[in-house]
Amino acid sequence: MFAFIARRLVATIPVLLFVAIFVFMLLRLTPGDPAAVIAGDNATSDQVAAIRAKLGLDEPLHTQFFIWSGKALAGDFGESFFFKKTVAELIVQRIEPTAMLALCTLILAVSIAVPLGVLAAARQGGWVDRAIMGFSVLGFSVPVFVVGYLLIYLFAIQWGLLPVQGYRRIAEGFGDFIIRLILPSVTLAVIYIALISRITRASVIETLGEDYIRTARAKGLPGRTVLLRHALRNAAVPIITVIGIGIALLIGGVVVTESVYNIPGVGRLTVDAVLARDFPVIQVVILMFSFVYVLINLVIDIAYSFFDPRIRY
Amino acid sequence: MTIALENEVDAAAARAAAVARPSVWKRLSQNMSVRIGGAMVLVMVLIGLAAPLLGTIDPARIDPTTRNRKPGVEVTVRNDDGTRTTRTVHMGTDSLGRDIYSRVLYGARVSLIVGISVASLSIVIGVFIGLVSGYIRWLDGIVMRIMDGLMAIPGILLAIGLVSLFRAGLGTVIFAIVVPEIPRVVRLVRSVVLSVREEPYVEAAISVGTPLPKILWRHILPNTIAPVIVQGTFICGAAILAEATLSFLGIGIPTDTPTWGNIMAEGRQFFRVHPHNILYPAIFLAITVLAVNMLGDGLRDTLDPKMSKRV
Repeated sequence: MFAFIARRLVATIPVLLFVAIFVFMLLRLTPGDPAAVIAGDNATSDQVAAIRAKLGLDEPLHTQFFIWSGKALAGDFGESFFFKKTVAELIVQRIEPTAMLALCTLILAVSIAVPLGVLAAARQGGWVDRAIMGFSVLGFSVPVFVVGYLLIYLFAIQWGLLPVQGYRRIAEGFGDFIIRLILPSVTLAVIYIALISRITRASVIETLGEDYIRTARAKGLPGRTVLLRHALRNAAVPIITVIGIGIALLIGGVVVTESVYNIPGVGRLTVDAVLARDFPVIQVVILMFSFVYVLINLVIDIAYSFFDPRIRY
Repeated sequence: MTIALENEVDAAAARAAAVARPSVWKRLSQNMSVRIGGAMVLVMVLIGLAAPLLGTIDPARIDPTTRNRKPGVEVTVRNDDGTRTTRTVHMGTDSLGRDIYSRVLYGARVSLIVGISVASLSIVIGVFIGLVSGYIRWLDGIVMRIMDGLMAIPGILLAIGLVSLFRAGLGTVIFAIVVPEIPRVVRLVRSVVLSVREEPYVEAAISVGTPLPKILWRHILPNTIAPVIVQGTFICGAAILAEATLSFLGIGIPTDTPTWGNIMAEGRQFFRVHPHNILYPAIFLAITVLAVNMLGDGLRDTLDPKMSKRV
């Protein structure tokens, strides 16, 4: 058990290292002098030279990487040349909206998608199943921002039920906070629901074919008990895996949703940083999102061995 | 006697198999998803090809006198030689007076080019890496660690990072969308290779001294075709979405090229008053991706029934 956790942790290291090297190389791969890129268009040659010295750009590449990653481990990600703040400060300011949006979406998506998937599996081939799967294919085909504008148009502009855009911090009152988060969360949840409900359906259908389900039915258990306690429980592993893998979709969606709803989060920051060619910020955002993604999937992997004693690695 | 009997049984089995399994084309043409999805994709391709013939005007033509017109309104445009022409703007005009209908139709070209190029490029590269990595053991570890690393970066984010490196343009966007897709193809191909390489016919090929490239080409590659075609269709759909997303965020193809994402990005500002700028490209985009995905679903069910169980 502990050997497995240790192995899994060790296996994560090369992945994270690759991401770190990739992110590091991003600035070094840009055409032209990275110091000049950071300094911007109006810098003097002295300023460029100062930045070059500060970043250690005169050192060989691997030394540069060690300097850079050493600083990053200490929380020093450099300075954003566009926002004139340290990147760490910038991220801390922007993290709350993004975390809240992702959390709300996750809760919303799982609590809708899993029941939908089970329902579709229970009615396999019927019109309920077809409708749910039709919705799922549609959810994959409509881009996040189109869903966003459609919801804004209907709920905010036509019916005036919810605010159009913007974000309130949770400290400014929970009511205001949650009401502004409804549309963005629903928007972002659509594709996630499509993904999870599809997997839930497939996984439950597969377990429904198992012998122990027949046994449970044969001993006269009610259909719902069989479905939820016997089938869904045993179908859980692929579902949770996909929730973990879907975090990548969620992160991509956050970037778009924050732009649509004008939410001052990390996703919005990403787009602003790319438009301003603000490489220190782009680096950190990619690094951070990737680490979160990898670590969540690591936790999920380890969690299996706790929850499902059949899994032996 | 026994041998004869066995032959007869074999022949009967073969006949039964032939009856139960009609040809691939027949099965494909009988699948509803393939029919509907394929027909819709075909219509979009035709629209893209025939865009100049479908009553469009120059999609980049700016006309300050006819800005922000609602769909279906008649506008009168003064031509360079002083004459006036009146025409109906079927989908309205944008904030620069450009005709949305023409832009949407020309936009189909860009979306389809991106979808098809990304799908074919990521398949060619992914199949090559997957074949080599799956068959040559010592390469496998390194290659798969790199693929794991690439997959650890959420796709759209990786694309955003790559786009920021180079000058914006069609090539950059295609490259940025291809890179995140490659690991998925590599994994798929590698898994096929790993299961096939132990088959007796591969062993036989090795034992008679077939050179490695020929083994990969003649004996291993054909097994990957069905799953890769299926995967490629889904990649095509995802790539069309990704291009629209990047353009929408303002970091994709330059804004003077009419793409569905660009039209929508320009429509954002005036969305409350003129939702048509977003509505029409969105409908085309959604229908196209839906069609490609339906085609993919149908292909998967007919070509690769094992895979349909997995997802």
